Amino acid sequence: MHELGVTFYVVRDVKKVAEENGIDRIDFVTLEIGEVSGVINEQLTDCWNWARKKEKVTENTELIIENLEAVSFCECCQREFGTIDYGKTCPYCGGGNTYLLRGNEFNIKEIGVYDNT
Amino acid sequence: MTILELKQNIFKENEVTADGIRKELKDKSKLMINVMSSPGSGKTTTLCRIIEALSGKYRVAVLECDIDASVDAETIAKNGGKAIQLHTGGMCHMDAAMTKQGLDALGIDDVDIIFIENVGNLVCPAEFDTGAHINLTILSVPEGDDKPAKYPLVYQVSDVVLFNKIDAMEVFDFDIELAKERILTLNSNALVFPVSAKNKEGFEPLISYIIKKCEEL
Ligand SMILES: Nc1nc2c(ncn2[C@@H]2O[C@H](COP(=O)(O)OP(=O)(O)OP(=O)(O)O)[C@@H](O)[C@H]2O)c(=O)[nH]1
Ligand SMILES: [Mg+2]
Ligand SMILES: [Zn+2]
Ligand SMILES: [Zn+2]
Repeated sequence: MHELGVTFYVVRDVKKVAEENGIDRIDFVTLEIGEVSGVINEQLTDCWNWARKKEKVTENTELIIENLEAVSFCECCQREFGTIDYGKTCPYCGGGNTYLLRGNEFNIKEIGVYDNT
Repeated sequence: MTILELKQNIFKENEVTADGIRKELKDKSKLMINVMSSPGSGKTTTLCRIIEALSGKYRVAVLECDIDASVDAETIAKNGGKAIQLHTGGMCHMDAAMTKQGLDALGIDDVDIIFIENVGNLVCPAEFDTGAHINLTILSVPEGDDKPAKYPLVYQVSDVVLFNKIDAMEVFDFDIELAKERILTLNSNALVFPVSAKNKEGFEPLISYIIKKCEEL
């Protein structure tokens, strides 16, 4: 849905880090994206390939996406389960009193620059 | 190869900026209300009604955030509000940094209450804190009473939900009680007020609520 919006934040944040570290060219940026963050990899990559050209430092930066598994926790039986497979209902006890532990992430993990050789 | 580890949450900076805005406005005794809805639910018309009702008592400004147009700002100005049109440049939501720029450009020394007319979209505006003290979401009758089931987050983060266009109830099978129940299941603290911005009906409880929030600042 808002892949373009979040792409602008990635450009903004990596540009800032590059400036702080005296880097004039980033070769790749790695994002960590939770399975239920609502962002679709292909759409994000498309947006990235368009938005990166707006800044010199990200002009040729490749986007690497690492997806993180979504995990929920059941209050009734105190167990963890995969959110994608079971949604809000605990597969062990059938209880509905569950909440998301992780899987909502949208992190910039790292940026990388290859050596000039 | 050089690798810089960031481990930086994309939303973090927005939260910090939003908290800063909220505090600064509170220190200046100014109330900010973020208005969200689908396109065409009646945000601009509702804001005109609120400005009319508050006129003479509170000075109101509006940050208009259409993707690309300036009609809404002109409408607000005609109705006696101070307005600025922000062009979000393809951005599908307002964020705290854009709000701050808007407030600086508008100048808020001569206003008491600021409204943000967010981009018409029920998804990502709900995810980005603008720094407002109150989130208000409008659900209009023609959109159907099942919107809260389809877009839960925006109702979860809302302090107030207006059901607008109730003058059109007879044409659409909108079940007010059911819609209200769906919202309260998602967010038991939400205040729900049915209104008709067109017929200027039902605004008294909303206006009292806004005045109360202003006085509490
Ligand atoms: N029948 C009826 N129509 C209304 C009411 N409120 C607004 N409208 C109409 O709905 C249309 C959209 O209203 P706006 O106030 O422009 O809606 P908006 O949410 O600001 O729209 P965008 O900024 O384009 O997303 C206009 O034609 C209004 O006249 C109402 O209470 N009843
Ligand atoms: Mg409008
Ligand atoms: Zn369980
Ligand atoms: Zn967005």
